[in-house]
Amino acid sequence: MDINDLRSLVTVLGLACFVAICIWAYSRSARAGFEEAARLPFTDDDAPALSGGRHSKEG
Amino acid sequence: MQSQATYNYNVVRQFSIMTVVWGVVGMLVGVIVAAQLVWPELNLGEWLHFGRLRPLHTNAVIFAFGGCALFATSYFVVQRTCHTPLFAPGLATFTFWGWQLVIVLAAISLPLGLTSGKEYAELEWPIDILIAVVWVSYAIVFFGTIAKRKTSHIYVANWFFGGFILTVALLHIVNSAAMPVSLTKSYSAYAGVQDAMIQWWYGHNAVGFFLTAGFLGMMYYFVPKQAERPVYSYRLSVVHFWALIFTYMWAGPHHLHYTALPDWTQSVGMIFSLILLAPSWGGMINGVMTLSGAWHKLRTDPILKFLITALSFYGMSTFEGPMMSIKTVNALSHYTDWTVGHVHSGALGWVAMISIGSMYYLIPRMYGKTQMYSVGLINTHFWIATIGIVLYIASMWIAGVMQGLMWRATNPDGTLTYSFVESVKASYPFWAIRLLGGVLFLTGMLIMFYNMVKTMAGEKAYEAPVVAPAAAHA
Repeated sequence: MDINDLRSLVTVLGLACFVAICIWAYSRSARAGFEEAARLPFTDDDAPALSGGRHSKEG
Repeated sequence: MQSQATYNYNVVRQFSIMTVVWGVVGMLVGVIVAAQLVWPELNLGEWLHFGRLRPLHTNAVIFAFGGCALFATSYFVVQRTCHTPLFAPGLATFTFWGWQLVIVLAAISLPLGLTSGKEYAELEWPIDILIAVVWVSYAIVFFGTIAKRKTSHIYVANWFFGGFILTVALLHIVNSAAMPVSLTKSYSAYAGVQDAMIQWWYGHNAVGFFLTAGFLGMMYYFVPKQAERPVYSYRLSVVHFWALIFTYMWAGPHHLHYTALPDWTQSVGMIFSLILLAPSWGGMINGVMTLSGAWHKLRTDPILKFLITALSFYGMSTFEGPMMSIKTVNALSHYTDWTVGHVHSGALGWVAMISIGSMYYLIPRMYGKTQMYSVGLINTHFWIATIGIVLYIASMWIAGVMQGLMWRATNPDGTLTYSFVESVKASYPFWAIRLLGGVLFLTGMLIMFYNMVKTMAGEKAYEAPVVAPAAAHA
């Protein structure tokens, strides 16, 4: 097998892999997980007054 | 025990402060080199010559300003979205001091003329080794934190930060491979056109991963946070990420159109650059649409103005970039100030604006507050910076197209219509406008520095408690 066959193969596999990711991303099964993940920035409140942190060191 | 643990804010705080400091320094050097083009008498001696200060400017704004912003935001976002303090805090501290040492060494060696001559990779081999050590430590801290996360998902911003960290390690180590002949001089491990191709594989992916993927990580956290609503489409963000990963790597040859690089390689580079328009605009739309239903916030919130304007410039420059990669367009634009204008529409408009917006979010939180000392000054900064960018890129577009047209103009007998120096002379007014744009942008950074100092004044460093993952309340 020529090295160029390997190169072509990697390119085709790369494209197939990307298409598979797109199909997965838009599939129904991924939906619930994505909705959960999208809320991650809001699962902890970084407003200092609410979370009760401490001022420990000199600034 | 859980209630006692605090996030590692110290390293985030250090990097945040240095982002603003290096922003001022790097942009000041930019203003100096812009002034040298208008008044050549300002080229004082060999150390402060344009040829030596220009790489100092690019290194300072990309790696010192942009780099510190990326360290600060990635360390903040990875901790908060994984609900766990940083892995290996000692190593995290080392990345801060190591990175500052790299910057100081760059600021000394570049004016001395010590350079390996590769654009955005000018630093000589001992500094390159230090960068590699710091970067591998960064990867250990970042991925170690992800490994010990308390959440089941890895938030999309962390995917972008992770992609950026891994790729930059790969790019830096491959492109910096060199044969040292002394402590301060080395020769590239590659020769001829291969050397050029590896350099621009590195160079364009420095744009694609350092200046894009990392800052998209910022975008995917701080835009939803500041808009107080989740990202418009999470699945689009997943496709956005993988599309960038699969295509950016191939776009480098567009920097070498009409050179000794094989023609087919140039065409591959051009086609992948054109494909890049799709994921770039997908990401931009995803960020901007996060505000849908909350557009009124743009009127009152200057931090959102920075973030959304950054996305608009991201959209503009990722449209312009693919157009400029088309060979026939490149024949006009290459080596002219159009390229400089394009770079700054990305660097000032996208990279700096998204960093500044994120820093205005981050800095007060590092001192137990939710707002900067003056929100009015953030607004002032926004307008001064925006006017500065518009002056900068508009003048460079006009100058660039003019230079391209003058250089290609021929008389009926085939001789050149203009000598090179005539195009230089014609560029003067535009270089003066560019200088004005740069001065305005620097002024904005000085306002930010003042606002930061006032926010910090009299305040003690804040340590935020680690919160267990709770149900979302957004």
